[in-house]
Amino acid sequence: MATNDALTATEHIHHEVAQQQQRGVMVTKTEDFGTDLTTLNLGPTHPATHGIFQNILQMDGEKIISGVPTIGYIHRAFEKIAERRPFYQITPLTDRMNYCSSPINNMGWHMTVEKLLGVEVPKRAQYIRVIMMELARIADHLVCNGILGVDTGAFSGFLYLFEERENIYEIYEEVCGSRLTTNMGRVGGMERDMSPVALEKLRTWLKRFPAVMREFQNLFDRNRIFMDRTINVGPISAERALNYGFTGPNLRAAGVDYDVRVMNPYSSYQDFDFEIPVGTNGDTYDRYLVRNEEIWQSLRIINQALENLPEGPYHADAPHYYLPPKQEVYRNMEALIYHFKIIMGEIDAPVGEVYHSVEGGNGELGFYLISDGGRTPYRLHFRRPCYIYYQAYPEMVVGSTLSDAIITLSSMNVIAGELDA
Amino acid sequence: MTDLNTSPAAQAKAADYVKAHAAISNEQLLARLHALFGADTFSDVEEPYGLLTATVSRHRIHEILDVLHGEKELLLNFLTTMCGVHWPERKDEELSVVYQLHSMIHNIRLRLKIFFPIADPVVPTMTDIYATANWMEREAYDFYGIIFTGHPNLIRILNVEDMDYHPMRKEYPLEDGTREDKTDLFFGR
Repeated sequence: MATNDALTATEHIHHEVAQQQQRGVMVTKTEDFGTDLTTLNLGPTHPATHGIFQNILQMDGEKIISGVPTIGYIHRAFEKIAERRPFYQITPLTDRMNYCSSPINNMGWHMTVEKLLGVEVPKRAQYIRVIMMELARIADHLVCNGILGVDTGAFSGFLYLFEERENIYEIYEEVCGSRLTTNMGRVGGMERDMSPVALEKLRTWLKRFPAVMREFQNLFDRNRIFMDRTINVGPISAERALNYGFTGPNLRAAGVDYDVRVMNPYSSYQDFDFEIPVGTNGDTYDRYLVRNEEIWQSLRIINQALENLPEGPYHADAPHYYLPPKQEVYRNMEALIYHFKIIMGEIDAPVGEVYHSVEGGNGELGFYLISDGGRTPYRLHFRRPCYIYYQAYPEMVVGSTLSDAIITLSSMNVIAGELDA
Repeated sequence: MTDLNTSPAAQAKAADYVKAHAAISNEQLLARLHALFGADTFSDVEEPYGLLTATVSRHRIHEILDVLHGEKELLLNFLTTMCGVHWPERKDEELSVVYQLHSMIHNIRLRLKIFFPIADPVVPTMTDIYATANWMEREAYDFYGIIFTGHPNLIRILNVEDMDYHPMRKEYPLEDGTREDKTDLFFGR
């Protein structure tokens, strides 16, 4: 391996380009005129990329000829760390993957462990989970579409939506105590019931939000400038998208109605009535519309879940895995023992091999867990939708202009935390 | 946007289609696989948590995935995920690659595993079948040192290029053994 210690940043780019040229990924001269190409270093810390990833682009004037993404700038070795941690300590790691919709990651992980342990979660906990997951999906899509507006030159929509995201975060706060990296719920259910304040905040928000969303859509949906900037920008066909392993809104924008919530319902999603929006072209505009419609469908699900919220316990009766209430720990022998054993990570899990996936903000978020009967996973692999579909990015932007490449990136909603894990 | 799919006729047609295709069980899937590739191709067949899992030889994995990709009956043409696993105590099959296929029409999943010795970690690439295998294989190379022959750009992806080991292998502990700031001089832990 070559050492790059002594290289300056510019030299490093040239070194990188030379390497890529050697492998045939990049070219030096235009085919048309034989003139030299410009090498443009986009990132790693570029304000328009919304995260730490680098793209080295070869430009012919304004046109992109080839591009090589470099990722891994915030790689934190979660899969390695997870091999040394008891199951409940892995939840905070999942927060930090797609940090725009942490509750979905948390719940996905809890459900994976519950599947391994064979724990049945009561209906009320499942409904609360559905509410929180759909709120997270809305928050995720709000960020993506708001920022897409900023990248096309319209700042106001972003501000309107971020106020609503703030309100969603206040609901999170009532439910679990934190906002961005939520660490919400536990293996076996939720850590507490929905408080009256949380329910009140949720009901107020459900009344308030649709008007804001409609206003946002009125600003953008048929806005001539926005449409000109996004239609036929960064398109991908359904066939290529499937070959690239796309899932989630980006795949649905290409016209494939694959949704884990419908295909393999988890956490009682089969109880709710909702539709899967699909696009036709797989371009930036379709991705934008699909996300907007998903927000409306998520609202439908939340309303149904809230209306039919069952009574009953909010966690499973699984004392080996679910922490006892704190006041019990001081008075009750068994509670003290279980508290100690769970906190010290001394509970062995059964031997098994589990794959569980949930519909994350960006697509199928999967957890592949191999347990050898110990206290930690033997191997845990995260199927991160961002990581899988971001590799299509060069193919989607080659031939377009730099400004189109920026909005393609933001409409794909690549979250650096999930990309690098 | 959803206009095309909301007419009652279209929905009824879609429902019929799904009903006709969704009924493949794991037994049928396995029978079809045996018919395609021979029964002795698959060993260690099990169904952990309902997901059909089988071990195949690394010499046949490319052929199997290639055939399944174009096969019209099972339509197992979506590579959901792929990852390496290290089993240091298994003699001559220390490394493993796990492929997970999905059929979006039939909603069936299939997990295929290959095992091979760590001294000879060479397996064929799937990039000619699935574009998505590109980065998945680079990740497996980066973390486990598995060499995918025929891969167009097999370099490290998440770790720095200067790194000279493959960190997800079990012999590398999570914590740096040379650190001194964590030794507890008073209690000796």
